[in-house]
Amino acid sequence: MIVTPFTPLASLLGGAMIGLAAVLLMWATGRIAGVSRIAARLFPPYEDREFAGRLAFVAGLVAAPVLVRLVTGDLPAQTIAAGPAVLIVGGLLTGFGSVWGSGCTSGHGVCGLSRLSVRSLVATMTFMAAGMATVFVMRHWS
Amino acid sequence: MVILVQFAIGLIFGVGLIVSGMSNPAKVLNFLDIGGIPAGTWDASLAFVMAGAVAVTFIGFSRVLKLARPFFADRFYLPTRRDIDPRIVAGPAIFGVGWGLVGFCPGPALTALGFGSLSAVIFVAAMCGGMVLARFIAHLPPVSRFVTPADPLET
Repeated sequence: MIVTPFTPLASLLGGAMIGLAAVLLMWATGRIAGVSRIAARLFPPYEDREFAGRLAFVAGLVAAPVLVRLVTGDLPAQTIAAGPAVLIVGGLLTGFGSVWGSGCTSGHGVCGLSRLSVRSLVATMTFMAAGMATVFVMRHWS
Repeated sequence: MVILVQFAIGLIFGVGLIVSGMSNPAKVLNFLDIGGIPAGTWDASLAFVMAGAVAVTFIGFSRVLKLARPFFADRFYLPTRRDIDPRIVAGPAIFGVGWGLVGFCPGPALTALGFGSLSAVIFVAAMCGGMVLARFIAHLPPVSRFVTPADPLET
């Protein structure tokens, strides 16, 4: 594993930007900024006419590193240690679980907690606990 | 216009993920690694991401939701359920295992595509497969012999 530096100020600032985006989406479209919900509805079945807006939001997410590189001339470190098999299993579980549980870190962890939703609190505590347990097993039991 | 606005909002969200460090799986895994606390390798940064995001959203939502309507829509679409059903525990439990295996949740995984790494492409492809599967199963006709009438006046 790689030791990462503690970055409270950058993390607080970045978090505030995520919050700002969530507030702006609510102001503009009246919808929760839940990435799993938005991404999942790029695929059929289609229940409404919001496809283009969702695609634009996801395109913005993907384009963000391009913008950061343009402005600062560099990108911060990104270390993906997992091999192909773990990436596939992890991706399947992440996609399935976040949709099955009606949201992920953004929908439950940011928007839901901000609205004092009990369901989101249960969901957030559950995925944090499951994530911590998984890392503990992977790093300290082998 | 609304499409452009949503692109810009996604851009702000994505830059926030990068600035905060959420887009780096190593950082996420070091946060989830509470076993690293004694060794001093635990990275508490992500608690600050959460705090910053929730603080801004809490204040912002309370103001925005006082408006008559969203700028580009007729009404606000807000979840209203308060019951704790098996899915609200099982889903996040499954998601949490995936999160702990790789260090990506859906937002940062999509932003990682823009970093140009093949690993992110593999993860996102699998993630989309999982999402489609979850919705497919959820949309299967109920197996129960008893069905609640859809008409609200009948329930």
